[in-house]
Amino acid sequence: MIVRILGEGQYRLDDAAFAKAGEFDDRVQAAAEAGDEAAFAAALSELLDVITASGTELAADEFEGSDAVIPGHGTTLAEARDLLSSEGLIPN
Amino acid sequence: MGLMSRFNMIVKSKASKMLDKAEDPRETLDYSYEKQLEMLQKVRRGVADVATSKKRLELQASKLEQSVAKLDTQARTALQQNREDLARVALERKKGVQIQLQSLDEQRAQLQTEQDKLVVAEQRLTAKVEAFRTRKETIKAQYTAAEAQTKIGEAITGVSEDMADVGLAIERAENKTETMRARAGAIDELIESGVLEDVTDSRDSIDRELEQISVAGGVEDELTRLKAELGAGDGAAGQIESGEEKP
Repeated sequence: MIVRILGEGQYRLDDAAFAKAGEFDDRVQAAAEAGDEAAFAAALSELLDVITASGTELAADEFEGSDAVIPGHGTTLAEARDLLSSEGLIPN
Repeated sequence: MGLMSRFNMIVKSKASKMLDKAEDPRETLDYSYEKQLEMLQKVRRGVADVATSKKRLELQASKLEQSVAKLDTQARTALQQNREDLARVALERKKGVQIQLQSLDEQRAQLQTEQDKLVVAEQRLTAKVEAFRTRKETIKAQYTAAEAQTKIGEAITGVSEDMADVGLAIERAENKTETMRARAGAIDELIESGVLEDVTDSRDSIDRELEQISVAGGVEDELTRLKAELGAGDGAAGQIESGEEKP
């Protein structure tokens, strides 16, 4: 599975690692829904760590579509909401 | 649905907008490459825009720093002349300017972060576009039409996502610089209206009061000197210039 970190490149993850990333993704999602800025930052940071630690970064000459995309390091909850609402997927 | 899926949908939808297909799939390659070059131009302009906004904040900060130094001097001068009321006004203003300065510093740091991100995005996209150019020529040279179609699809899908990614970074930076410009404009207005005392401009009310004190003191000194001279019997001191005569 391929995961793109916005602004930071793509990573190839095996199924187990991808499943683990999914668990952390749920925590990020929960924090976002609760509007908990600190929990969001912490969960996102953990999710990013899982992906970069267990994945292999794709080289520039590998052209692959991603299976999942997450915002990069330091993205705040407000910025994440901005990104999502720009497409009208979720109301603020 | 988790965040990873939501963001994936956003990037995919933005990427699909860059996937205009030409009649001949090989033309699609060239068309996509042109778009990539355009995106590179765009991200470079983005970097320049952020740098310009940052420069403006730095100029404002240096003006405000001058104000702080000036208000400090005014407070001292006022105290030396036993005008604690004026000194207090000067120090209050100084405090206000220092708060503005702090907020400018924070904004400058934010713009710096955006600039750094765009620079990295530009480097990534440059590498990707270069790799795409090579792939494009290989596909054109080696594959039959049917094979080419698959290879072209992969290459373009991959690179379109990268362009969408960079596009999002540019949008984000643009939003930030827009907000900064609005704030910078508001500070400019404050400086112009004299609330934040622009030292390069006309003097403020504290200056005028201090000047009046000094003028008054000077007149007293001059009077004393003149009286002394007259007392000494110098008749020339009585000579006063007359105004212009009317025809």
